[in-house]
Amino acid sequence: MTRAPGGEPVLAVRDLRVTYRTGAGPVRAVKGVSLVLPPGRVLGLVGESGSGKSTVALAVMAALESEAEVTGEVRFRGENLIGKPERELRRLWGRRLAMVFQDPTSTLNPVLTVGDQLVEVLVEHEGRGPAEARARMLELFAAVQLPNPAEIARRYPHQLSGGQQQRVSIATALACKPALLVLDEPTTGLDVTTEARILDLVDSLRQRTAAGILYITHNLGVIARLADEVAVMYAGEIAEQGPVGAVFARPRHPYTVALLDCLPRIDRPPATRLLPAIEGTLPDPRAEVCACQFAPRCALAQERCRGEHPGWFETAPGQGARCFYWERVPPPGTVRAPALAKPRGRASTRPVPLLEVVDLVHHYRQAGGLTAMLGRAPIVRAVDRVSLGVVPAETLAVVGESGSGKTTIARCVTGVLQPTAGEIKVDGRPVPRRPAARPRKLRRRLQIVFQNPDLTLNPRRTILEAVARPLRLFGLVDRRTRRSAAARLLEAVGLEPRYLDLFPAQLSGGQRQRVAIARAFACRPDLVVCDEPTSALDVSVQATVLNLLASLQAREHTSYLFISHDLSVVRHIANRVVVLYLGRICEAGPTEEVFAPPWHPYTEVLLSAVPSLSATSVTGTIRLEGPAPNPAVLPSGCPFHPRCPRKLGPICEREMPPLVTTDRGHAIACHIPRADLLRLQTAAPVPVS
Amino acid sequence: MRVFVFVGRRLLLLALVMAIVSVLIFGIVQILPGDVAVMILGTSATPADLASLRQKLGLDRPAALRYADWVGDAIRGEWGTSLLYQVPVRPLVLERLGKSAVLALVALAVAVPLAIALGVLSTLRRNHFLDQAVGLVTLVAVSVPEFITGTVLILVLGLQFGLLPPSSLIDPRASLWSIAPSLVLPTLTLVLALLAHMTRMTRASMLDVLEKPYIRAARLKGLRPRVVILRHALRNALLPTVGIVAINVGFLIGGIVVVETVFAYPGLGRLMVDAVNHRDVPVIQMAALVIALTYALANLAADVVYAYLDPRIRY
Amino acid sequence: MFAPLGVPAELAPGPGARAAIWRGAEVAWALLLGSPAAMVGALLLVIHLGLAVFGPALAPYHFAQFNILHTLETPSRDFLGGTDQFGRDQLSRVMWGARSTLLLATASTLLGVGLGVVVGMVGAFYRGFVDELLMRIMDALMALPALLLAMLLLTTVGANPVYVALGIGVVFMPRSARVVRGIALSLAAAEFIDAARARGERGLYIIFAEMLPNAWAPIIVELTIRFAYAILLATSLGFLGLGAQPPAPDWGLMINEALPFLAQAPWLAILPAAAISSSVVGANLLGDALSDLLALRRRGETL
Repeated sequence: MTRAPGGEPVLAVRDLRVTYRTGAGPVRAVKGVSLVLPPGRVLGLVGESGSGKSTVALAVMAALESEAEVTGEVRFRGENLIGKPERELRRLWGRRLAMVFQDPTSTLNPVLTVGDQLVEVLVEHEGRGPAEARARMLELFAAVQLPNPAEIARRYPHQLSGGQQQRVSIATALACKPALLVLDEPTTGLDVTTEARILDLVDSLRQRTAAGILYITHNLGVIARLADEVAVMYAGEIAEQGPVGAVFARPRHPYTVALLDCLPRIDRPPATRLLPAIEGTLPDPRAEVCACQFAPRCALAQERCRGEHPGWFETAPGQGARCFYWERVPPPGTVRAPALAKPRGRASTRPVPLLEVVDLVHHYRQAGGLTAMLGRAPIVRAVDRVSLGVVPAETLAVVGESGSGKTTIARCVTGVLQPTAGEIKVDGRPVPRRPAARPRKLRRRLQIVFQNPDLTLNPRRTILEAVARPLRLFGLVDRRTRRSAAARLLEAVGLEPRYLDLFPAQLSGGQRQRVAIARAFACRPDLVVCDEPTSALDVSVQATVLNLLASLQAREHTSYLFISHDLSVVRHIANRVVVLYLGRICEAGPTEEVFAPPWHPYTEVLLSAVPSLSATSVTGTIRLEGPAPNPAVLPSGCPFHPRCPRKLGPICEREMPPLVTTDRGHAIACHIPRADLLRLQTAAPVPVS
Repeated sequence: MRVFVFVGRRLLLLALVMAIVSVLIFGIVQILPGDVAVMILGTSATPADLASLRQKLGLDRPAALRYADWVGDAIRGEWGTSLLYQVPVRPLVLERLGKSAVLALVALAVAVPLAIALGVLSTLRRNHFLDQAVGLVTLVAVSVPEFITGTVLILVLGLQFGLLPPSSLIDPRASLWSIAPSLVLPTLTLVLALLAHMTRMTRASMLDVLEKPYIRAARLKGLRPRVVILRHALRNALLPTVGIVAINVGFLIGGIVVVETVFAYPGLGRLMVDAVNHRDVPVIQMAALVIALTYALANLAADVVYAYLDPRIRY
Repeated sequence: MFAPLGVPAELAPGPGARAAIWRGAEVAWALLLGSPAAMVGALLLVIHLGLAVFGPALAPYHFAQFNILHTLETPSRDFLGGTDQFGRDQLSRVMWGARSTLLLATASTLLGVGLGVVVGMVGAFYRGFVDELLMRIMDALMALPALLLAMLLLTTVGANPVYVALGIGVVFMPRSARVVRGIALSLAAAEFIDAARARGERGLYIIFAEMLPNAWAPIIVELTIRFAYAILLATSLGFLGLGAQPPAPDWGLMINEALPFLAQAPWLAILPAAAISSSVVGANLLGDALSDLLALRRRGETL
C-alpha cells in the first residue's frame, strides 16, 4: 500500500483489531487496520472522534494489553509487539518507541522538575551518569527551542506554558533517538499561535531525524503541512490512504471528499454561507461490520454498499480506498452546497445598532475570598475599554486566543458576568447589568448558545423540558401547547419529535448543540450570543451546526455575536470581525477587509499560524515570539509590543496606539502607518509548504 | 520568602479560626442553656445557692464582658479553678494533656508508616488476595467503634490470656516506664482504628494517582515499575495522605476520649468526660479550647508539610 | 498494578454514558447484580431495619424486665442473650435498642446532610461574601473534633435523644457542606447554569431545580457514609453516658454497663457490640459499592 523508499519499514501494522470489553458488550474500536511506515517519513493518521485513531496509537505502542483485546500484527522493525511481555517492551518504550500525548499538562508529573523527567529516561535506558545525562538533557531542551534550558530544567510543569510543556514532552520522547515517534494530537488544546510553533518544531525534526513519525490528528490542515502519507480513518477502519498531495487533490473515498468539502476555508471568501455537510452519525461501535460503514451517510451509496463490506481497492500506485465505486467519486469542491432558505419578511433597516457595547471594562482579582483580603491578589484586566456594535441581521465575530477576553465580553452581554465599567445598550438604551434586573422582553430578545455540548443542557432534564422552559418563562405557551411548540422548534433545527423525551446523554454532541440552538431560538430572539458554538465539535458536525445558524439567521433576521478562536469559521460566517489581544481591540472591520492586508501585526501572526489545506497561503510565515502574556501584568503601551514581530521602536512601549478607522470601516490599532503595513505585508509573501 | 508569607498567612488564619472557636465554645457552654448556675447545681438547687454561685461565676454580668474576661484570662494563663476537683485548671489540664499526648503520639508513630505501606502494597496487588483482604479487614475495622475494639482487646488479651493489665488505673506519680505495660492496650486500640482509616484513604489516593495520564506516560517511557511506583505515583499519592493524617488527628482526639474511658486512663479526654458529667464549666471550656488548639496546630503542620511537598503551592 | 484507563470516552457505548441518567431502580439493580459486597451490606441493613420495626414485638422480654433470680446468667434457653446484673435478657434489650439507635442515626444523618446540602449549594451558587461567611463558620465548626463538639453541645442541653440527633446533625453539617460545595462549584460553572441565569431564573430555582438534581448521586453516597458514622457517634455518646440514660436499651450504653462485669459475663458486651458493628459494616459496604458504581472517588472516606 505504501511505497517504501530506502529499506525496511520501521512500523508495519497488519489487520489490527482492538476490542474494548465493557459492561454494555464489546466495543470494536479498531476493525482491521494496516499501515506501513518507512524510516524518515511522516504518516498522518486523520479522523474524527470515534474513528479509533488514538486507539491505533496506543496499540502501536503495545500499551493496550491490559484493557482490550488486540489481534493482528504490530511489527516494529520486523518484530511483532503484540503479546510481548511488558518486561521486553520496557526495553523498547522510551528508547526505540516513543510517544507524545495530547495534553502535556496531565502527562507531565506535577511534583518532579521537567529536567528530572527527561534525565530519568537517559539514566534508565542509556545508563548515563547524572552529570552526563544532565548535559544531554540541556542539549535536547535547546534542540526543541526551549529558551534558557538550564533555567527551564529546574522548573515544575505548572510553571511552564502549554507550548513549553509540549516541547519538554517532545524532547523527552527524542531523548534516546527513537526509531518510531508516535505523536497523538500533540497540539490539540493549544492556542493557534503556539500550535504553529510546535508544528514548525515537528517539521524541523522530521528533517533532522531518521525516525518514522506516526502523527495522529483530527486536523486536515496539519496533515497537509507535515505528513508525507495520509491515512483517513472512519469508524475503526482506514477509508483511504496514500501520498498527501495525491489524496487531497483527488480523493477516492466519498468520506475524504466530504471531509475536505465541509471545512470552512481560511484562504478564500465563502461562496455561500452554507457548507456541504455530512449528515448522519457514526455507526454503533458495538455492531458487527457487514456493510460499508459510511454507506448510511454517503450520497453515492448503492444497494451493494449496504449489503457487502467493501475490500481495499488500489486506486493509483501507492494509493487506495475502501469503496466499491471509487471511480465515480467526484473531486472535492464540486458538491453544491444547499441554497439558503428565503427570508421571512423583509429585514428592517433600523438606523441604530441592535447591540452596542461601550467602553466595556472587566477586571477581577485572581484569587477570591480570604486570600484576596489577606494578601493582595493581582488584578486581572480581562477586558479593557472595548466598544463594539451589532446591527440587525448581521454576524459580528470576536476572535482571539485564550486570555483575549472574548468570552468575558459574551458573558457581560448576557449578564452572567457584571462589567467593572462601561455600558451595554440594546436599541440605544442601556440595559441593567444583572439578568434578573432586565425586563422580561429584553431577556427574551437576547439568547445564548454555549461551547460545550456536554454541559449546555441540564443532564437531568429531558429535551422537552430544556426547550419548553424559556417558552413557559416568557409566557409564550401554556401547559397544553408546550409539547407541540417544542416539537416545532426541534423540527426547525432538524430533529425529530421523538427526541423530546430523551435525556441529553442519549444525544450526540452535534444533536445537543442543535437542541441548544432550538432553545435559544425558542422565543424568536433578536440577538444570539454564540460562545464558540462549534469548537468542541468534529468538522463534519461543525458544518451542520454552522449551516443551521446561517439558515436560521436568513429566515429570522437574527443577529449573532459570534465568539471564536477559529479564523476559518469566522471568515465563513461573519459579516464583520473584531480581533482581540489581551482584552483590547487591535483590529476591526468588515470580514474581507480584515482578512486582506494590511493587517494588525497580531492578525498577521494569527493568519499565518493557521495550518491551511492549500499549498500556497496568502500569508507569510511570521511567528509569535516570547512567552504568553500574563493578563495580570499588562505591558505598557501597546499590549502586543513584547511579542510583536514588527515592533517599531520605543513608541510601542510607551503609548497605546489609537484605533484608526478607514472610511470603509476597517480599523487597526498600530503605530505603523497603514500604508507601511501594507507594503511590509505584501512585499514578500513566503509560501507555506 | 514565599514560604514565610505562606506560613504567616496560615498563622493568621489559625488565629481567626481559634477566635471563632472560642466564641463557639463559650457560646455553647454559657449562652445556649440559659443558666449555667442551674446547669451546674441542677434544678433542685435553692435560689440562694443559685444566687451565690451566679455571683461567684460573675453570671450577673453581660455575656460579652464575661467572654472578654474569659479569653483575657485564658491568654494570660489564669484558667480558673475546677469546680469538681477544687484545684487550679491550668496544671490539671496540661498534665492530662501530656498523658494523652503520649498515647496519641505513640499511636500516630506506629499507624502512619504502617498505613502508608499497607495502602501502597494493596494497590500494587490490586484485586489480588492481599488487596481484597486489606479492603475487607479495614472496612470492618473502621466500622467498629473504639469502645468495642478496646473491650474486645481487654477480653482477649487482658482477661483471657492475662497478658496485659486490662485497665490503666495508674498512679499519677508513677514513671512513664513503670506504666508502660498498661499503655499497650489503649495504644493498640487507637492504632487499630487509625490504621484502618488511613490505609483505606491511602489506598484510595494511590488508586486515584495510578489512573493519571502521567503514570501511563511514565510507563511508556520504559521506566521500571519500581521507579514508576515510588518516584511517580507515591510522591503524588503522599500529598493527600498528609491531609489524611491531619483529618485523622481530629479522629484520634475523639478516639482518645473513648479509649481513655474504656481503660480508665487519666488523660485529657477522660478529664473532659468527667467534667461534662459533673458540669465542671471552667474545665470544660479550657479543655475544649486546648483540644481545638491542638487540632488546629496539627492542621497547620499538615498545610505546611503539604506546601513543602507540592511544588504547585511552593512556587 | 496499573489501572486500565478503560474505553475512550468517545467510544463509550452511547446512551447513558455514565452517571447522567442513572435512575434509582437502575442503580439498585446494578448494585445487587454487580457487587456481592453491596448485597451483603444491603442484607445487613435490611435485617437491622427489620429489628427496628419488629424488634420490640419479637423480643421475648421487655427491655426493662428484671429477673432477680436470674442475674448474670450465661445464655440459655430461657434467656437467649444471657442476663445482666438485674436479670434482664440481653437479647431482648438489643432487639429493643435497634429502633432508637437507627432512628437516631437516620434523623441526625438527614438533618446534618440536609443542612450541609443547603449551605454548600447556597455558598457555591452565590459565591462572594455569603460563601466566605458560610465557609468560615463551617471551618470553625470543624475546628472542633466531631466527638468533642457533640459532647459540648450535649453538656448544655442535656441528654435528650432529640438533642443528641440535633447535636450529631450540627457535627455533620460542615463536613457535608464541604463535600456538597465541591460538587456544586463545578455544577455552578456549567453552561446550563449560565443559561438559566441569563434567562433570569431566580436563585432558589436554579439551586433546587437545576443544580440539586445533578448532585443526588454524590449526596446519596454522602448519606450512606454519614449514616454509618452517625451510628458510631451516637453509640459512642451513649457509651460515654452522654446519650441515652439508663435503663434505656441503648447499644453504646449497654457496653458501658457491661464493662464492670467483663470478666464474669463477657456476653453482655458481645451482643450489643455485634449489633453496632454489623449495622455500620452494612452501611459502609453499601456506601463503598455505591460510590464505585456512580464513579465517585470517595473510597476510604468514613469520616
